[in-house]
Amino acid sequence: MKSTTRALTQLLLYSALTLLALLFLAPLMIMLIGSLKADARVLVEAGTLSAFLPAEASLQNYADVFRRSDFLRFFLNSVFITGAIVTSGLLVNSLAAYAFARLQWRGRDLLFNLVLALMILPFEAIAVPLFYGVSMLGLRDTYLAQILPFIANAFSIYLFYSFFIGLPKAFEEAARIDGAGTLRIFFTIILPNSKPVFASVAILSFLTWWGSYLWPLMVTIGPSVRPLPVAIAGFFTLPPLLWGDILAFGTMMVAPVLVVFIMFQRWFVRGVAASAIKG
Amino acid sequence: MASIIFDNVSKTYSDGVDVIRQLCLTVEDGELLVLVGPSGCGKSTALRMVAGLEAISAGEIRLDGQVVNGIPAQRRNLAMVFQNYALYPHMSVRRNLEFPLRMRKLPGREIKRRVERIAEMLDLTALLERKPKALSGGQRQRVAMGRAIVRDADAFLMDEPLSNLDAKLRVQIRTEIATLQTRLGVTTLYVTHDQVEAMTLGQRVAVLREGRLQQVAPPGELYRRPANIFVAGFIGSPGMNLLRGTMEEKDGNPVLRLGPNRLILPEQVLTEHPGLQTRPGESLLIGIRPEAIRLADDLAEHSLPARVHAVESLGHETILHLATDLASIASDATDPAASTDPAPPLIAVLPGQHRFRPGDTLQLGIDIDGLRLFDMSGNAVG
Repeated sequence: MKSTTRALTQLLLYSALTLLALLFLAPLMIMLIGSLKADARVLVEAGTLSAFLPAEASLQNYADVFRRSDFLRFFLNSVFITGAIVTSGLLVNSLAAYAFARLQWRGRDLLFNLVLALMILPFEAIAVPLFYGVSMLGLRDTYLAQILPFIANAFSIYLFYSFFIGLPKAFEEAARIDGAGTLRIFFTIILPNSKPVFASVAILSFLTWWGSYLWPLMVTIGPSVRPLPVAIAGFFTLPPLLWGDILAFGTMMVAPVLVVFIMFQRWFVRGVAASAIKG
Repeated sequence: MASIIFDNVSKTYSDGVDVIRQLCLTVEDGELLVLVGPSGCGKSTALRMVAGLEAISAGEIRLDGQVVNGIPAQRRNLAMVFQNYALYPHMSVRRNLEFPLRMRKLPGREIKRRVERIAEMLDLTALLERKPKALSGGQRQRVAMGRAIVRDADAFLMDEPLSNLDAKLRVQIRTEIATLQTRLGVTTLYVTHDQVEAMTLGQRVAVLREGRLQQVAPPGELYRRPANIFVAGFIGSPGMNLLRGTMEEKDGNPVLRLGPNRLILPEQVLTEHPGLQTRPGESLLIGIRPEAIRLADDLAEHSLPARVHAVESLGHETILHLATDLASIASDATDPAASTDPAPPLIAVLPGQHRFRPGDTLQLGIDIDGLRLFDMSGNAVG
């Protein structure tokens, strides 16, 4: 009796989870399959089951995207901007978090609380003053305007901090006695033992900045430094409105995110779990 | 090599807790001194202050005559072995051993030579390419020792290095440490809470309680002549029994009254307690080692009746917990004179195996040659 109830609960649970997974998968499937269809059929079939069936698949929409826009340019812009934010962010935020977690200095706790408080501030609240600042510095329509303001990040600092605070102090003390200074300890002892948190911060910030739209739209003028999210918007605003092209663009935009996530998923889950438990 | 000197060193945490109070202690050049005490007595803090991992609130620490209060840990040229070994998990044994030498920017050839010499000395050669997680507890411990030895440090600091090992391995590594220390002749400050470790390893042993130094002496003297009842109870396993007694005088000679008995003190006890002559009528605490209690015939002079409370048989000896009419005191009593704690049982250690059961009654005799006498404030009678 007991085992039957258990089996039934399991069945219900798995059914619910499968449904939920399908729900999340559906838009991705519609995008991928739609991108292979002729423009005219995309909208017509959108509300039906045919949305999931790639009849008469072709890569014409992909070719159209490259013909109608400088996709490669936007893609490389996105790679460069996101890559620069992620890599320099890893360095800056991990060092800041280490200073908060381990070094003794005046005002440390106050400053750390201020950094934590920044997490609840939505970007939209500071977008306009930031825009003024960037304009005054003459940085509009540059890569720098899209990278600099986002390197230091309160949430990344918090994730690093939660991880570092849980690392045994003895490693650092041993290294100090062995003759290593603070920076050396960070790079040779802390960093190699913190791979999970570096991976999760990297993925989280990659996801955030790869899809960033509002700020690049505000600070870029021409296509030369524009990233993908702003470029795809161009397909909506300039006629003709071709859904097949938009879905092909979207597929190509999402693909790297999926690749990165699948590659680092193991680290990511471990890092977030570790931060969550220790934090 | 260097001496380590604590000169009136105190440590107070920001919440006002005094961890170390005016510690004065010298570890002589080449000596192995063990700092022992119960958990929370401040012994690890003292060690960490020497290492430079904790700041000093007052006083001076001198290494080889030089004050090091403000010198950061990485510039003190000390080596430390941690309780959990603190091996760098991402580095192989070889890289772990190389690390302190690399930090000192030694030439590659010299690093290789030293690491291989140490690996051979500690039987680690076959393990050099392994990561710490692939090593047993004993092997990790040896790598930690190796990392300390490899650099030719001025002194070794060891923070309970054996406490994560099982009992058998602990004895083995203890011997290895003692042999190695004698061979290298390096000044060593060794911290432990285990008095057996302290007694077997230390050339001298310093006993710490609540941040205060109680006594520093070679192990034998610490055992024979504890300076106060805390040391008497802490050193020895089981610790010394403490019984209330009174000094009396008979024919001009000092006599000790213990329960119904009047004990004429032998010459040895009188020589070790020169202040005793002047205390007739005074209450005293009488320290008796469990090993100094033996079984006596009913008719023997000065025998004491006792009832067995519990029996612990260790094979080569039997530990008896006994209830007697004598008033005994716990060695950690802060004010023995006013102590109202329930009297602890009298402990006797008898060689060999005995078939006693709880509830049995027996007669005890005491070897009074080894008595240690304390005044009611707990300090040894001078």
